[in-house]
Amino acid sequence: MKILVCISHVPDTTSKINFTNDNTTFDNNGVQFVINPNDEFGLTRAMWFKEKQNATVDVVNVGGPETESTLRKALAIGADAAFRVNTAPTDGFAVAKELTKVAQDGGYDLIIAGRESIDYNGGMVPGMMAAALGASFVNNCIAIEIEGGKATAVREIDGGKETLTSTLPLVIGGQKGLVEESDLKIPNMRGIMMARKKPLTVLKPTENKTFTASVHFEKPAPKGAIKMVDADNIDELIDLLHNEAKVI
Amino acid sequence: MSVLVYIESDNGTIKKAALEVASYGRALANTLNTSLSAVVFSSENSELLGNYGVDKVLTVDFSEKFNAKVYADIITQAAQKEQASVVVLSSSADSRYLAPMLSVGLDAGYVPNVIELPTQTQPFTVKRSVFSNKAFCKTEITTEVKIIGLSNNAFGLVEHAVSPQTESFSPKIIASEITVENIDKATNKVSIADAETVVSAGRGLKGPENWGMIEDLAKVLCAATACSKPVSDLGWRPHSEHVGQTGKPVASNLYIAIGISGAIQHLAGINSSKVKVVINTDPEAPFFKAADYGIIGDAFEVVPKLTEKLKEFKAQNA
Ligand SMILES: Cc1cc2nc3c(=O)[nH]c(=O)nc-3n(C[C@H](O)[C@H](O)[C@H](O)COP(=O)(O)OP(=O)(O)OC[C@H]3O[C@@H](n4cnc5c(N)ncnc54)[C@H](O)[C@@H]3O)c2cc1C
Ligand SMILES: Nc1ncnc2c1ncn2[C@@H]1O[C@H](COP(=O)(O)O)[C@@H](O)[C@H]1O
Repeated sequence: MKILVCISHVPDTTSKINFTNDNTTFDNNGVQFVINPNDEFGLTRAMWFKEKQNATVDVVNVGGPETESTLRKALAIGADAAFRVNTAPTDGFAVAKELTKVAQDGGYDLIIAGRESIDYNGGMVPGMMAAALGASFVNNCIAIEIEGGKATAVREIDGGKETLTSTLPLVIGGQKGLVEESDLKIPNMRGIMMARKKPLTVLKPTENKTFTASVHFEKPAPKGAIKMVDADNIDELIDLLHNEAKVI
Repeated sequence: MSVLVYIESDNGTIKKAALEVASYGRALANTLNTSLSAVVFSSENSELLGNYGVDKVLTVDFSEKFNAKVYADIITQAAQKEQASVVVLSSSADSRYLAPMLSVGLDAGYVPNVIELPTQTQPFTVKRSVFSNKAFCKTEITTEVKIIGLSNNAFGLVEHAVSPQTESFSPKIIASEITVENIDKATNKVSIADAETVVSAGRGLKGPENWGMIEDLAKVLCAATACSKPVSDLGWRPHSEHVGQTGKPVASNLYIAIGISGAIQHLAGINSSKVKVVINTDPEAPFFKAADYGIIGDAFEVVPKLTEKLKEFKAQNA
């Protein structure tokens, strides 16, 4: 079985978000980049398939040279080979098109992406990729098993979950649940050493078709002051929620 | 030309988020000087759509359960039939599942988490939240057909009575390689995505055995229950209740945080809720900087009292 894990390179969750160039560009200054948390769950699940079912696992990112440290980390966690499509990921559709090309060329059975990237919260790349590939797609995927060329996946729905079966190739938009938080793999020394020798291939982008363009950023208006209510005066809270906030 | 909205139902009843999408679609159709069509799969109360300005209701002649590939293809056909220039969906799990597939099917740019009407239509520009609500981004959609994913509770319900024309729509049905084997859904609980109020609790509650008072409070408020990440990691509550940047996003009208410190990752996921109340023993807890109303106090004393008082309030205002 061949697995491709799509890795998005995103600001660490504690990052302060700022913009430059007249609020048109994300400000990388002082920002630490990490593997997108949803992709970390997917990558660890892929390692399970590698260990238990002898799968080969490749990782891919669409981005500039600055993302190679993130790909090396994925190799250190245990992926076999990495690809970087050398272009700035400006639009979800363009990224999906590049990933589709990599997926087609590699003939993967299972393509693991994340439910969304925590930077632009697009939640679109895996679904677009599946549609472009003509592959099956399961979003918000919280469990995946593959047996005899057939996948069983669990999808989180609003207020519950749904179990699905599918043929391969399959694309998933994964999230926490694919593995437990405590089972997430982190690179060890040996992994880091081995990662240095693993192939990281830089690919040229194929086409440059975009659907959207991010033109201007802004930050939320500063919050007004909090109103404190005494713990012995719950009636006042109810009054405020009813008459002032009008939410009850 | 038209605006097309996808109307989602739950057990045959149109969801509130779908009526919000209709309200938004109406306003957008007015801006674009065009009509509003809705595509509806099996629902018993589609006449309701007339109250929210839908000019034409396409009732899909297809009664099978949700299958994203099949549904996306049907909505694509509806959009083509109605010559839709914009398709609007909600932010539900199903809508987020469909939208990227629609985007490819219609060759249409898709922007999720949109919070208001387009800021301009030439070029077509929408405002969406990004970086888990830490910022907004004005985004141009450069394709002929556009797809908008509307943030829950961002636009609200706006009544606008019209007499819709109803049409039965018999699309071509494609095959799907995916089979839905089983759906496991609590029928007596409000989901976090659909809730107007969310009652959420953190590690300050000390253990899973103390969640009874959280459920009681949620019950009086017809609210969904949620929790912080460590609470779900510890197994005190199911993963499906974990909210925040790496869990579920919350965009409710009222969010009550009990014994939650207000870490940046937690706040990022719940910040688009309109009114936030925090109950915490520690006056230094960061949540007090992000909330609208705060009580410094012990959850074990405050929460049962709040529940009792709310019961009285509800009885009086029923
Ligand atoms: C990559 C990453 C992603 C993350 N994603 C998320 C996420 O999506 N969602 C999320 O929630 N967290 C997330 N976190 C974790 C986050 O950083 C915090 O650790 C977490 O939110 C803290 O949970 P808590 O507030 O329940 O617990 P604590 O921080 O332990 O806070 C407990 C609070 O309860 C108060 N308290 C104690 N006793 C009482 C009492 N009797 N009555 C009232 N109050 C009381 C305390 O004063 C304290 O403020 C993430 C972390 C990382 C590193
Ligand atoms: N630039 C990228 N390179 C590789 N994978 C990506 C990239 N952007 C998004 N993805 C994948 O698509 C998922 C969803 O991303 P998005 O649609 O951008 O929210 C991510 O979790 C990744 O698995």
